Amino acid sequence: MKYLIIVLLFVSSLCFSQGNNLKSQKVSFNVKGVCEMCKDRIEKGTLKLKGVKYVNWDIISNNISLIYNSEKLKLDDIHKEISLLGHSTDKHTAPTEIYNNLPDCCKYETLSIH
Amino acid sequence: MNKILFLFTFFLTLNVQSQKLISGKITYVNESNIESVLEGVSVYWEDLSYGATSDFSGNYSIPSSASSNKLIFKFIGFKQDTIEIGDNKKYNHLMVVDNSQLDEVVVNKRKKTIQKSYFKTQNIINVSSDELLKAACCNISESFETNPSIDVSYSNAVTGVKQVKMLGLESPYLLITEENIPMIRGASQVYGLSFIPGTWVESMQITKGSGSVVNGFESISGQINVELKKPYSDNPLSVNVYSNNMGRNEINIHGNKKFNDKLSSGIYLHANKNSSINDNNNDGFLDQPTSKAFNLFNRWQYINPEKGTVSFLGVRYMKDDKVIGENTKDMVTIAPWKGEINTSRFDSNFKFGYVNASIPYQSLGLQMAFSKHDQNSFFGSRNYNINQNSFYSNIIYNSIIGNTLNKIKVGLNYSYDDFDELVDKNNFFTRIDKSIGGFFEYSYDSMDAISLVAGIRYDIHNNLGSFFTPRLHMRYQPYEKSVIRLSLGSGRKASNIFSENQNIFATGREIKRNNVLGKFYGLDPEKAFNYGISLRQGFFINNREGDITFDYYVTDFDNQVVVDWETQGELSFYNLNGKSFSKSLQIDLEYQILDNVLFKSTFKNYDVKKQYNSGFKQNPLTPKNRFFTNIEASTNENENGSKWKLDFTYNWIGNQRLPSHTSLIDLKGSSPSYNLINSQITRVFSNKFEIYIGGENIGGYTQKNPVLGGDDPFGTNFDTSLIYAPIHGALFYVGLRFNN
Repeated sequence: MKYLIIVLLFVSSLCFSQGNNLKSQKVSFNVKGVCEMCKDRIEKGTLKLKGVKYVNWDIISNNISLIYNSEKLKLDDIHKEISLLGHSTDKHTAPTEIYNNLPDCCKYETLSIH
Repeated sequence: MNKILFLFTFFLTLNVQSQKLISGKITYVNESNIESVLEGVSVYWEDLSYGATSDFSGNYSIPSSASSNKLIFKFIGFKQDTIEIGDNKKYNHLMVVDNSQLDEVVVNKRKKTIQKSYFKTQNIINVSSDELLKAACCNISESFETNPSIDVSYSNAVTGVKQVKMLGLESPYLLITEENIPMIRGASQVYGLSFIPGTWVESMQITKGSGSVVNGFESISGQINVELKKPYSDNPLSVNVYSNNMGRNEINIHGNKKFNDKLSSGIYLHANKNSSINDNNNDGFLDQPTSKAFNLFNRWQYINPEKGTVSFLGVRYMKDDKVIGENTKDMVTIAPWKGEINTSRFDSNFKFGYVNASIPYQSLGLQMAFSKHDQNSFFGSRNYNINQNSFYSNIIYNSIIGNTLNKIKVGLNYSYDDFDELVDKNNFFTRIDKSIGGFFEYSYDSMDAISLVAGIRYDIHNNLGSFFTPRLHMRYQPYEKSVIRLSLGSGRKASNIFSENQNIFATGREIKRNNVLGKFYGLDPEKAFNYGISLRQGFFINNREGDITFDYYVTDFDNQVVVDWETQGELSFYNLNGKSFSKSLQIDLEYQILDNVLFKSTFKNYDVKKQYNSGFKQNPLTPKNRFFTNIEASTNENENGSKWKLDFTYNWIGNQRLPSHTSLIDLKGSSPSYNLINSQITRVFSNKFEIYIGGENIGGYTQKNPVLGGDDPFGTNFDTSLIYAPIHGALFYVGLRFNN
């Protein structure tokens, strides 16, 4: 009986986390940015979207890799939401007024990676 | 847990794909026309599909790209290069200095040797290997002397062994792990820390408070995790030699070899010897034992980024022999009081980690460790032998719920220990401890102001019973430079009364045990709650960074095995009957006075009290107040890496309550306060070679009579355990380090 508690603890949490792996989509595309602050903004902003499970944005390659639940979210919406953070993607250009409000260090149109 | 985290970040940075890896070494020709490695070079495909950075030995590795065969090498101050990649996997590259570029403004921030994070949920202090260099000698129990979170003191007057305390409690209440495998426990509790050579250590993590559930239920006041050097990242060859004026000589040699991209191996050797007879206080007893020790470790590391696996295999053997007691050189007594402590230990461990390449937030870790510890010792006419065989295994699975802000860890531990002891003449004790446990830990990180780690474990133990262990840690960061942390949790342990209190054997005290038919020497298991708060505020004064930290932790015992030294000639062990607590307050101030000068200062107040049979009293030999200051300075580094480093530590140790003993009667039950000064100067000649000299206890303060009743060492009043100050005076040392 005692051992059952341990087994239950283990198995139930495994199932819990494995649950919707099947609906997971992995994508990678380009998001413009130049610094650590950009990285922070892009990753935090993307992870807050419902359905996004994992984000990693690489400064040097400007490549974002993400895993999301395709039943909860469309890929085009992800592009759009990222552009609304001020960072242009392959598909959506950031609105000028949002881009202009970015801190100076993040002005990727004029700066190089630093 | 750091293992998994390490794995995690390791694979993230490599951008693991099931492709081949292109790798190589990046070099340049320096001012003195010598080819040297270049760190921090950006390496990326022309189409930006992947990017990487060269590491401190100039090595880079990057997954091959399906869409590009042009690899770009870029670094400030050097000409940008593009090379075409063919079928080979290895491309070394020589960068050429570009003199046409303007001098860059270099933003240089010195990396601190002790780092406290604003972002981690738990109150964890990271100690780097550079900090360990500050206390050149010799093993990690001594390395804490420059660290205010941990107190180091002599455990008795004859063995030369130092013991550590945290939050006012002795080391048995700490969980000490080596790469997250519980390590210094049971038989090795007292001497174990001194069996890990300082040079083997890559870093240490000190957690105040109850810690994570992942490593078990045993931690009560905190955890110390020791990360050893890894063959893949350690230098190919390092040598460290140390010698001091009390006749102690040490040597450490490490060699590491990479057989290919995946497999590397290291051999680490430590040996020390002390053959000189030191009796500076002329009490007829050696201040330090004569000793010789030998420690050999071979470890293998296998990394396969394509498959997402890392594994380690390690084998270690250690032998340590100490001779203690009266200086017999010019003695006329027929039967001198002598002793020997002979220890040998065998360890082996295996670790395996797997990260799912397509789902990087899922990973699996497995650890297994076996050890055999044998100590045979005698102290005058008393014997103490202990053998312990241990097996430990741990499996852990990491994943997320919803997104990577919500992480979980689940896993199982199994542990087996068998103890075999001989105490005094004919008291034999044998015990087997077996436990299996499951744990679940949830962590939430909002990536800004709030984070939380909540864990629970359930263990089934043959002697402790079945029980839950909850732990909770929270962090709130209202502003960038302010953090509030809370922690709460319970812990339990079996008290190995003899191995944890071995200083009893170098006394004439009669051992009394109040046998209430408990599972551990007739006594009950120990159980405690620990809760605490930590506040940290960073600031800038004169454009220089500093911070102030305020920690308050309480440990409250439900049951404790009381070790009662109050009556002269006796030592009693009994279950707590009443209250026992430890309240610890620590205030730290840290400020970068100048670019090259860091100032640290700490005040500590401990209120450690428990109910003894003779009344509710402060713990003996525990200073109520302590003050610590450390200054670390260095000169600017020259082009060839040469510089001077200086480190200075001042400690003030307040009064300590002394148990009554007729030989201590003039002190009226309280030790005097005293000062301790340690200092070290290092001359770095280049990145490869340095020489250091230093002194410990430079003021030379010593305890007047560390050996009580020494005129009749076989009588009941003989006592070497009532130690409140250093036994030997100023100690000076010199040594060198060579890294290739």
